[in-house]
Amino acid sequence: MSGNEAVARGAYEAGVRVAAAYPGTPSTEILEALATYPSVDARWSPNEKVALDVALGASLGGARSLAAMKHVGLNVAADTFMTAAYVGVGGGLVVISADDPGMHSSQNEQDNRFFARLAGVPLLEPADSEDARRLTRAAFEISEEFDTPVLLRTTTRVAHGRSLVQPAERTEAPARGFQRDRAKYVMLPANARRRRLALLERLERLRVRAEEGAFTTEIEGDSTVGVVTSGIPYHYVREVLPDAGVLRLALTNPLPIERIRAFAAKFERLFVVEELEPFLEDALAAAGLRAEGKAFFPRTGELSPDVVRQGFARAGLLAAGTVPAAAPATTPRPPVLCPGCPHSAPFLVLRRLNAVVAGDIGCYTLAALEPLAAMDTCIAMGSSIGMAVGLAASGGAGGPVVATIGDSTFLHSGVQGLMEAVYSQADITVLILDNGTTAMTGGQHHPGTGAALDGSPRPAVDLVGLCRSLGVEQIEVVDPYDMGALERGLERATARRGPAVVITNRPCVEAPVKIRDHPFEVIDDRCIACQLCMNLDCPSLLWTDATWHEDRRRVEIDGSTCTGCTVCAQLCPAGAIVPLAMVGAP
Amino acid sequence: MIAATRGVLLAGVGGQGVILASHIAAEALLRCGFDVKQSEVHGMSQRGGVVTSHLRFGGQVASPLIAPGEADLVIAFEWAEALRWSSHRRPEGKLVSDRRRILPPVACLDRRGWASAYPADASALGDALVVDATAIAREAGNEKAAGSVLLGIASALLELPEQPWQESIVATVPTKTRAANLAAFAAGRTLHFPAAELAAPAPPSPPLVRHRLEIETAWCKSCDICVRLCPERCLTLDAALKAKVVDPDACTGCRLCEMLCPDFAITVVSEEVAVA
Repeated sequence: MSGNEAVARGAYEAGVRVAAAYPGTPSTEILEALATYPSVDARWSPNEKVALDVALGASLGGARSLAAMKHVGLNVAADTFMTAAYVGVGGGLVVISADDPGMHSSQNEQDNRFFARLAGVPLLEPADSEDARRLTRAAFEISEEFDTPVLLRTTTRVAHGRSLVQPAERTEAPARGFQRDRAKYVMLPANARRRRLALLERLERLRVRAEEGAFTTEIEGDSTVGVVTSGIPYHYVREVLPDAGVLRLALTNPLPIERIRAFAAKFERLFVVEELEPFLEDALAAAGLRAEGKAFFPRTGELSPDVVRQGFARAGLLAAGTVPAAAPATTPRPPVLCPGCPHSAPFLVLRRLNAVVAGDIGCYTLAALEPLAAMDTCIAMGSSIGMAVGLAASGGAGGPVVATIGDSTFLHSGVQGLMEAVYSQADITVLILDNGTTAMTGGQHHPGTGAALDGSPRPAVDLVGLCRSLGVEQIEVVDPYDMGALERGLERATARRGPAVVITNRPCVEAPVKIRDHPFEVIDDRCIACQLCMNLDCPSLLWTDATWHEDRRRVEIDGSTCTGCTVCAQLCPAGAIVPLAMVGAP
Repeated sequence: MIAATRGVLLAGVGGQGVILASHIAAEALLRCGFDVKQSEVHGMSQRGGVVTSHLRFGGQVASPLIAPGEADLVIAFEWAEALRWSSHRRPEGKLVSDRRRILPPVACLDRRGWASAYPADASALGDALVVDATAIAREAGNEKAAGSVLLGIASALLELPEQPWQESIVATVPTKTRAANLAAFAAGRTLHFPAAELAAPAPPSPPLVRHRLEIETAWCKSCDICVRLCPERCLTLDAALKAKVVDPDACTGCRLCEMLCPDFAITVVSEEVAVA
């Protein structure tokens, strides 16, 4: 079972009734797995804050509930998260944050353990799938016993790693119903002041519980080296230093500091091995425990057995290993947009218009790479439109300002940006790349797709109607496979004073259904090898080694992957690209 | 006695089925009675990028990750990935690779010189076990079952019984491709090496040619056609709205600008450069 599936299993066993999330790598599969269990209402929300609001509401209504998100999602949900710690819970409430050290699929690698310390909520860190199941289950118990939301933090290697799990039966949590309690649930200043004191008192009780040791495991070792660790680095330490004493912490806020002090006293040297920030190391230092950590283990990227071994080698505990021979030189392979992706052509046009493009988060962020190279900023979910308003206001853009944003991201947090653009009558164009799905994370439904997580039909947000209601006067829907329509539409929009919206309307070629139209091919002796089509960065367009034009390789199309989108055929100045099996036709 | 932990690294290109194959392998190893840990990375990397999956198995496994130089077996689904991950092997470790080539689009822009870095033959990996797994899978009924061919080879190299693998394929792959995957696995399992010729040698490189644009500015009427249609975006209009070369090194000599200029203001001059 993967870590994500194990989190879902643990939540199911604990009797979870309501689960809400916005998809984000590496957290997405938690909700998808939960949706397969009976008696669980698993649902996609428009964004992480709404997901946490839904989960908190369900909790106050008496149901055990869960909200799952990637690390940056907790930034969006932070407003609710921070005050939920004051309010406490009805039914148990568990928030999952799946962090991404090494940024496999993220814009930053923030360490969300600090959110638990900031909010004053208990923090659990599983190290593998069985841990994830067990701790998720335990998190609901802690949540109800101490009347607090619980943060469970995984990382990519836990979420997307697979290991053995011992599933147990589901325990139905007793139905509590909503208990009216305005002094606890209405955070007016007078109430909030009292709840703040309750929070501090609860943290102290949690610390006592932590000291009792239910969430701490000690591996005996010889007296030279002791290691304090949590999460997946525990396994790396065991791999690299099988004889060292290890204190494995599953509950890392509040810390069982006296327990750690007793452990530390047994060893000549004390180490802390943790990914990213010195979260444990600093806490130990504040308690007067001198431990070695970030001096030897990097503060950036993922740890691995290799990195941990090198760290202990630098610390003088291990002989420096032999460096394996370097791999032979080979071609870099950056990720690319799929063949026939409806996002490619719009960026080719934006590049021609010499637009300053504020981008957003989704597959289309890949348009920032060569050869499309038509995106100039990408910061956070929904930021593109506000950024574009600011770029236009700066007066220094030096070209038409365009914000590009996908449908799912627009509904996540782009709508308010468009409101701002209308309110300030900014001279920007907003290009909504509507492919009818959340493609980047594998094709999840959202409020604009007309279906729920389980596929049942729902009313779909009408993007044109939404933009009109915000006060946008010029809205144009164009076919992103029609180069002429795209170019004219974007030229009209960028030439206009005030905000304009252009919406592309082709579905994703991979989800919900794979789109494979009649493929195209290149008429060999017509191709002048100008490579204009290559600027689309389409994986179906390849060089042929067989025939040449002057000193350049001609282009060929991989008919097994070509989706027949026609864009390259429209671009070809020599008319060399035609539907397959029409070679020789007049 | 607890069995020693062994590591298998699977590598390929997004969309090839690396993750599915690693799930089949993990399930098979569990059925063989091992403790198994697997770690994969997907998300952004699934879009035509590099996909890897680490598998470690034995009596009791700690880390799911394989350090460079510690894999007992590397299974590559694509030729360039075989090279990229070859150094993850132990000195005595083995490498199995499909002979398939998937050229990344970026390799097709010759001004970067990357295409020449795409490995054309097997000489860099003398001891690799190279097979045309895709062709074998096609014969077995579905060329997408190439992963099962590689798993068949791997199961024999790891000296593990074949039945748990067959059970795992039945349990893991969709019903309609089950027969093809089982046949592909059987074909891989019984394959003898050397199985096939190594990849064909590289085609000769083209002569190195430099291209230069001669623009007759007096004839240029600022129509912008050359600027808009230059595939490599070498051209711009200068302050006087005359066509100007901004990126001479990017010119591939395609002559589009020369052919499309309505006023015959552009000539492309190509000169062969002596290779140093």
